[in-house]
Formats: sequence, structure tokens, C-alpha cells
Amino acid sequence: MLIYTLKRLGLAVIVMITVSLISFMLLRVSGDPAISLAGEGASNEEIEFVRVQYGFDRPLIIQYYEWAGRALHGDLGNSPYLNQPVAQMIRERMGVTVILGVSALSFAMILSIPLGILAAIRPNTWIDRIALSISVMGQAMPSFWFGLILIIFFGVHLRWLPISGSDSWQHFVMPTIALGYYATPAIMRLVRSGMIEVLASDHIRTARAKGLRWPRILFKHTLRNAIIPVVAVAAVQLGFMLGGSIVIESIFALNGLGNLAWVSISRSDLPVVQAIVLFLSITYIILTFLADLLNAFLDPRIRSS
Amino acid sequence: MTPAETQQQFDSGLGLEVVFPTPGQIMRQRMLTHKGFIIGGLMVLIIFLVAIFAPYIAGHDPYHQDLSIRMIPPVWSEAGSWEHPLGTDSMGRDYLARLAYGARISLFIGFSCMAIAAVIGISLGLIAGYFGGVADMIVSFIITVRLALPAVLVAIAVVALIGGSIQVVVMVLGCLIWDRFAVILRATTQQIRAMDYVQAAQAAGCSVIWLMAREIMPNLFNSIVIVATLEIGRAILLEAALSFLGMGVQPPTPSWGLMISEGKDMMLFDPYLVTIPGVALFFLVLGMNLFGDGLRDVTSPEGRS
Repeated sequence: MLIYTLKRLGLAVIVMITVSLISFMLLRVSGDPAISLAGEGASNEEIEFVRVQYGFDRPLIIQYYEWAGRALHGDLGNSPYLNQPVAQMIRERMGVTVILGVSALSFAMILSIPLGILAAIRPNTWIDRIALSISVMGQAMPSFWFGLILIIFFGVHLRWLPISGSDSWQHFVMPTIALGYYATPAIMRLVRSGMIEVLASDHIRTARAKGLRWPRILFKHTLRNAIIPVVAVAAVQLGFMLGGSIVIESIFALNGLGNLAWVSISRSDLPVVQAIVLFLSITYIILTFLADLLNAFLDPRIRSS
Repeated sequence: MTPAETQQQFDSGLGLEVVFPTPGQIMRQRMLTHKGFIIGGLMVLIIFLVAIFAPYIAGHDPYHQDLSIRMIPPVWSEAGSWEHPLGTDSMGRDYLARLAYGARISLFIGFSCMAIAAVIGISLGLIAGYFGGVADMIVSFIITVRLALPAVLVAIAVVALIGGSIQVVVMVLGCLIWDRFAVILRATTQQIRAMDYVQAAQAAGCSVIWLMAREIMPNLFNSIVIVATLEIGRAILLEAALSFLGMGVQPPTPSWGLMISEGKDMMLFDPYLVTIPGVALFFLVLGMNLFGDGLRDVTSPEGRS
């Protein structure tokens, strides 16, 4: 287990370094950062001043080294547009996005795990078909459009829920559904196929032959084995949802990271965009690392391979 | 068959032989009895026909603005007319014309993004699966890094930096969504690489190029087509999301995502502006996914659960 953990940790660190290089380059390949920082109509002297001030005149590798060193200490630079530390902006907005991501994932699991189990117990019946159509529709529905339809229906016609802002828990209901529904198909298919596979295995036949009760077989013997791959996929999906929240947050005017990213992109506030890309990537890497460990802990076969 | 003919056949010594269906017949039979495959295929075909015959279907220029006829509702509401069956938008452009020409944009983007993603993903997957060892490690690392980057956010940022146009959107999305191609082809290539006939060909002295192109590639064809249909759907949804956020295809191009974005401000009073292009998107992607899923079932019956 220790060797496995160290190997995974090593890989995660190398991936983090690569990702940080990419998000560092994102700002540089977009043209001369000194020109964009100096603003429109700046004279050559002013641009040159900015270039020296920010150290853009030095070799890229040294710039990266210093940038990464500062980032490790939690200093992500200043937003030239708002003249605020980027790290502070991210800290302020993070809460909303994390709440949205976690509740969307919970929504997806609450919807998909029971459906997946039911579909697996009764394959090719109406319940299986309903589960399948939910999953097929979830994959084809544009999440931003689904969000707008929810607004029209629940927000405007029924007036049940507030349509924009992030002040109370009611504000999170529709964004949670719109974002979480997107992750439902993947989890449900996995639960269904996992359950079917385990139900057909020898140890379940033995359990039934022994005369164990059906609920016990289902939850203790089957679900426990079938749920292992779901853990990994749930972590991956949470990462995707944090990244995909940019669309949903902009529709519902939730004041989270996604909205910050979108606003920053539209006003070319690049250091903020760069920091958010880095932040989301590293969150994803940490999530998948933890999921790998949890998986190995639950399933000894993974550790040895 | 008349008794005389039966007698003739019996006399000729052939007897009543059991005729086994050819593989082609089995395949055709499976395709024709798979509902999802047929329905999905028909849905995609309809959109293709709409795209090809857009000028004849619409009867109007999708770019022609006429403010005297703005916001005419669709024909099913009281104020609608058959002159503009789906009404007009806030610029007085015929909505059916924009929808029909939008099918061209979505299909073009879906297929060309898929093509770019296929070239990158197939090459990486083939190299990793064929050579294994260090090559496999490097490719797996590249895939991990790609998955760690938030695709939507990076796509939006890059498109915003370079400037939105169809070509840029296609390039950026194509370079971001190759991961599934690489993952699946890597696994499939590994399996085929280990088969006896490939080993035999290698022992007979075939070159690496020959082995890849003539022995392995033909057997990857099914997987490639299946992943391709799913990736087309994914690319179409991503383009719509990008255009919706204003960082994709730029106005006045009739992209479905852009139409939803333009109709968003008026959706409370005129929901058709949002629902119609959304339904079109949903219809096309659903058709693509059903077709792809069906194709997987039809070509690999043992993989069905």
C-alpha cells in the first residue's frame, strides 16, 4: 500500500508540474503580456517599463521558476484589472463553487445509484428502460439549455425558486439539478453494469444457496463490490463539474469561480484566468489521487498490480 | 415451393440443406432489429437532409434583417403565420432559416473537431498500445495531463485570446477532446497486439508500418467509428456552450448555441427563441449517441449487457 501510495503521489506531483507549466504558458503564448498589461494606447516607454517591472524581459524558464515558487506560497500575483491579489479573489469565490460541485455530485449519486441498482435487478423491464432513457437524455442535453428551461419553468411560471444570485440554499437548487444531471449517466451505467456483473458471480450464487435474505445479498455482498469503480468515477466527475460550472454559474449568476473565470476572460484579466485554470487542475489531480488511494484501499487487487 | 420443385431438388441429390446466413446477413439482421440504431440513424439523417437542403426548406436568407417583422411568434401561437413557420428573432431574421443553416454549422463543427481529435487520439493510442513500455508511459502521462485541464475553461480562454471564428473553435476543441480516442484505442490495440495472427505476421518479418496499417488498424475500425459518433456529439455540445458564452462562433453566424444566447434575454416572454434551437441541439446529439450506442451493440454482441 505504501509503495502504491508513493508511486501515485510521484505521478500526481509530475502531472501538477506539467499542468502548472501549461497554465503558465497560457498567458505567454497569447501575445506580449507587457502590451496587454500596459493597456491600450500605452507608449513604448510605458510598455518597456511594465516589461522590466514584471520581469518579462528575462528568460522564460526563470520567469516560470519564480512564478511557480510564488504560487507554492499561495501568491498568485495581482489582477491588473481590479488591482487585487488573485489568491484572495479565488478564496472568496471558492466556497460557492465547492458547494455547487458537491451538491451536484450528491444529487447525481442520489438519482443514479438507486436507479442503477433497480435497473440491474430487473434488466430489460420498464424500470430499466426509464433508467436508460434518463441516462441517454442526460448525455444529449446541453446543460446550459437545461438550466434555462428550469428557469423558465420553475423560476418564472411556477415562481418556486429564485433565478439568480447565491444568497440562500434555494438559489442552489436549480444549478445543482442542471449541473448534476450531466454526471448522472456515467455513474448510473457504471452502477448498473457493475451490479449485473457481481450478481452473476459465484459468491452471490453461494450466498443465495446458503439461504441469505435478498436485501442482505444485495447490499452487503453485491453493492459493496459494485460500488468500488463508482468511487473513482465520482471523483473524476466532481473535477469535471468544478470545471464545467463556468456555464451554469454564468446562467444563474452564482458568484463562484466559474463566473469569475468567465468575467475575467471577457475583460482579458489573464492572471486571474491562469490562476483559476491552475487551481481547478490541481483540485482535479488531488481528487483523482485520493480516489485512487480509496480504490486501492477498498480493492486489494489494485494495490498489487 | 411447389411439390414438383421439392421433388426435383430431392431428386438432384441436394436434399433440403440448412443454409447458414453469411456474416453480412447476420449484421444486416442485427442492424434492422436494433431500435436505437435505426432511430438514431434516422434522426441524424434528418438533420443531414435539413443541412443539405437548407435553402429550400427555409425560403429566407438567414442573415437578412428586417426590423419591421421582428419577434413574430411561431405558427402554432395565435399571432404566427406560415410566412415564418418558426417566427423571427429580435433582428427580424427568419428563425427556420437560421435553424436550418445552423444545422450546417453544428454538423461541420462536430465532424471536423472529431477528425482532428481522431488523428491525435488514434496516433497516441496506437503508439501506446503497440509499443508498450516507455511509449505507453509517456502517452498515459499525456492523457492524464489532458484530463487534469478543465476543457471548457481552457477552450473558452484560448478562443477568447485568439479570437472567435469557426476555424479557431474547431482547432481548439479538436485539440482538447481526443482523450477518449486515445484511452479506448490504447486498450484495444493492446488486445489485438497480443493476438496470435499479429505475432505470426511479426515473426514472418512484416515491418512495423505493415503490422499497424494492415494487421491492427482494420480491427480498430469499429472502435474508431463508435468513439467518433460519441465525440461528434460532445464537440457539438461544447461548441454550443462556447457560443452560448460568447466565446465561440461569432454573430451573425447562425449557430444554435449562439441563437440560444441571443434569445436568452427575451426568453421570459418569448421562450420559443430558446426552446427551438435547444430542441434541435438535443435532437442531433441524441441521434448521434443512439446511433453510436447501437453501433456498439450491433458490432460486438458479446459486449452487450
